[in-house]
Amino acid sequence: MLALIPPATLFLFLAPVLVGLAGTLLPAFGYLPAIGATGFSLAPWRSLFDWPGFGSALRLTLSVGVLASLLSLAGAVALVATLSGTRWFARFQTALTPLLASPHAAIALGLAFLIAPSGWIVRLISPELTGWTRPPGDLVTIRDPHGLALVAGLLTKEIPYLAIALTAALGQVPAQRLIACARAMGYSRNTAWLKLVLPRLWPQIRLPFYAVVAYSLSVVDQALVLGPGNPPPLAVLAARWFSDYDLAQYLPAAAAGMLQLGLVVTGLLLCRCVEFALAKTGRHWLERGRRSGMGEWLLPLAAAPTAAVLAAGLLALLALALWSFAASWPFSAALPRSWTLAAWMSASGRLQSSLEATCLIACAATLIALILCLGCLEQESRRARKPGNGVLWLLYLPLLVPQIAFLFGLQVALVRLRLDGTLVAVIWAHLVFVLPYVFLSLADPWRALDPRYARGAASLGASPARILFTVKLPILLRPILVAGAVGVAVSIGQYLATVFAGAGRIATIATEALTLASGADRATIGVLGFAQSVVPLLCYSLALTLPRLIFANRRGLA
Amino acid sequence: MITRRDTLRLAAAAGASGLVGPVFAQARPITAADWPAIVAKAKGQTVYWNAWAGDERTNSFIAWVGQEVSKAYGVTINHVRLRDTAEAVTRVVAEKQAGRESGGSVDLIWINGPNFLAMKQQKLLYGPYVEALPNWAFVDTTKKRSNIVDFTVPVEGFATPWRMAQVVFLYDSARTPAASLPRSVPAMIAWAKANPGRLTHPTIRNFLGSTFLKQALYELAPNPEILDAAPDDAGFAATTAPLWAWYDELRPHLWRQGREFPETGPAQRQLLVDGEIDFYISFSPAEAATGIANRQLPESARVFVLERGTIGNTSFVAIPYNAANAEAAMVVSNFLLEPATQARAQDPRNMGNFTVLDLDKVPAASRALFARPDGVPALPTNAELGAVLPEPHPAWMTRITTEWEKRYVR
Repeated sequence: MLALIPPATLFLFLAPVLVGLAGTLLPAFGYLPAIGATGFSLAPWRSLFDWPGFGSALRLTLSVGVLASLLSLAGAVALVATLSGTRWFARFQTALTPLLASPHAAIALGLAFLIAPSGWIVRLISPELTGWTRPPGDLVTIRDPHGLALVAGLLTKEIPYLAIALTAALGQVPAQRLIACARAMGYSRNTAWLKLVLPRLWPQIRLPFYAVVAYSLSVVDQALVLGPGNPPPLAVLAARWFSDYDLAQYLPAAAAGMLQLGLVVTGLLLCRCVEFALAKTGRHWLERGRRSGMGEWLLPLAAAPTAAVLAAGLLALLALALWSFAASWPFSAALPRSWTLAAWMSASGRLQSSLEATCLIACAATLIALILCLGCLEQESRRARKPGNGVLWLLYLPLLVPQIAFLFGLQVALVRLRLDGTLVAVIWAHLVFVLPYVFLSLADPWRALDPRYARGAASLGASPARILFTVKLPILLRPILVAGAVGVAVSIGQYLATVFAGAGRIATIATEALTLASGADRATIGVLGFAQSVVPLLCYSLALTLPRLIFANRRGLA
Repeated sequence: MITRRDTLRLAAAAGASGLVGPVFAQARPITAADWPAIVAKAKGQTVYWNAWAGDERTNSFIAWVGQEVSKAYGVTINHVRLRDTAEAVTRVVAEKQAGRESGGSVDLIWINGPNFLAMKQQKLLYGPYVEALPNWAFVDTTKKRSNIVDFTVPVEGFATPWRMAQVVFLYDSARTPAASLPRSVPAMIAWAKANPGRLTHPTIRNFLGSTFLKQALYELAPNPEILDAAPDDAGFAATTAPLWAWYDELRPHLWRQGREFPETGPAQRQLLVDGEIDFYISFSPAEAATGIANRQLPESARVFVLERGTIGNTSFVAIPYNAANAEAAMVVSNFLLEPATQARAQDPRNMGNFTVLDLDKVPAASRALFARPDGVPALPTNAELGAVLPEPHPAWMTRITTEWEKRYVR
């Protein structure tokens, strides 16, 4: 029974991805019979490369991707290193939860309002300090040509994600003992963290970091709000062409999608090479044995701007919340002039009806993903072998291919199977995206679990099933719950997957929010952003507090 | 001028050439004689109406239509909420790709312009069928030419008109005196120079962005008649030369020096409310009235038009060739043309879209329903809206977009 789970998992999420990929690869080379394109050619690639802004779009994609990935890693490491083991750490995790739970688009909209030339910050200091009675026309703070606002938007989501991955990994490493030991040998605290703790955490946060790299390179929803549009990054360009009225634009769009895939794969290979080089030089750095160094001032120095970015993210959410109650908030008032519940009243009816479907789909997809992942991991540890890198790469496919590219092929397949527009199809499509994230969150804590627990139990005569349910699962309850919360959050944020697989007939909070947001004001966006955040927020809070309650009498697990 | 008889002839020709959908006879268009059979078959069907859902007032209107047709015809409407009409087009393409020639998941699409042309060219539409609709008799097919010619493309009975749109510009009369606003395209340059950074248009990829340039082209082109047909290279270069000269002079004085543009029409509204810009282009003459009612705009919001007229077009509903419930979709299309329905749609307290009907053809008893309501000062009268210019051929829009990207995307 257990032996069947890994192949079943592979089929369940590989089949749609491969079908979807073929559905993108063929049009990229000029084959899409439904619009009368039947001859294979390189023409789609030529029209992509000839597009006037192609060079700038590519440069923008690369610079945003590299900058956002590196800064988010540095920021998350600096914050966790500075705060872990202090009494601030628990409070820090609580502060991260709203950022983790909120959909990318909602945070981007809030952030845009916060930093825009007509935004909250300028309103707070105008006209008293600046003398501006109307927004400064020459100040460029969002949609800047270098995509810096977009990088900031990405950081508000990615630093919390990496920080929580680091925190989960910390539970598997005796960090405080290592640091105490190093300090006894004269190492400073920060240097000890960088030299002893971080190298042991890295293998566990490698996969989440790769997901961050892939996402930063192919972000669409945040880029629409915060990024430049003339030209936009490559992924936005592909999405724009895919939704063009001119169906012939599908072909260069598919080519852009394939190029996007190539960029992400290259980026990840590059990461692997850098890792390899760092491991070589890092050993030398460790062995030299210097007791303190750059880490001393670098970590706190990096932690300060990181904290500022996270604070901006939280302020952005607060701004959205204020807007949802604002009847009128003209420039340069620091707060709304008058208040109303109208936006909440008009949206509540719609939200209620879609909330049920949203929760059902999210819970079903997450539960299936958890069972499949745990089954795969348990089978792997019973067979005592690690899956090859090939299998791991396959797991990344749904995160690598720009969604809109691969979902068209998936939709064709669902129509053929007569599954489109059913709840099953939507849950399946969500599973494709939920499963990798659940696996990423779960695999490393699972593999890092000390095998001596299981061996000890086995030597006392416990069956493998009993070991799983009474030893492994309770010890790993926290990472499992966190993985579940991540899964629910991913599912609730899915817009395109719901629309394509549901044939538009199944409405979730995400579809309601985004269809309305295309024409709505900030008040409505505030309401919907809040609604989209609140369910994952509850799940994250449960994931963080449940272990503390259940294991109140077991210090190492709580 | 294209008359109703021409439409019929075109429709018959289209029917003869085998463009009709599979439900009714392949060889002939659907006619008024088929109507009782259609109504009978429609009873109990559910129409999946795919419509852009970014406007709450339209959403409520569609919900109201659902209640009414359920009472009158036993037809249920399920509003499939779209963010972009192209999503529904994609779905039909996907179904064609998968070989689903009947029982498709889209029954009715709110559509016009390039989306309509794309579906018509790809033969993805059901019909021609409009002659079968009893209420088709009330439709204005002579004065409101866009009801039968969408962006210069003959509709040929493949879609039902249901609401009118016309370019207007929205401003806040409390902040900007009406007299100071530019009333012609050339006057925009002097205005923008005096008010740098206070004007913008949506990104050219957005239909409203290209409409801004098409509107300018109508006033600047040496002879606007050329816009009725697809351009050749020489014609395009000669006709658009004054447009690019005008735009080159205007662009440095636009919002963000003309380097960045809002993604959508509604994004401009936020910029106006935030005080970053002073007026913006919209396709809804009732934009100010409905925006005030929705509390999205201040009470002092008003619209203005240009002296030489502005571009107008018609929104349609069309039925995909493989629709599962084509009969019920036709019943809904017919209900949309009901005088009482049209009057409700025109009322700014509901949706604020001008009617597609010819009030001279409508029964006298229903005519009073269309009177302008009191107490809505932001709603322009028909006289205030001025002349309606036709949409250029869709090829102009495509070529202007490409040329703009060539010139201004860096």
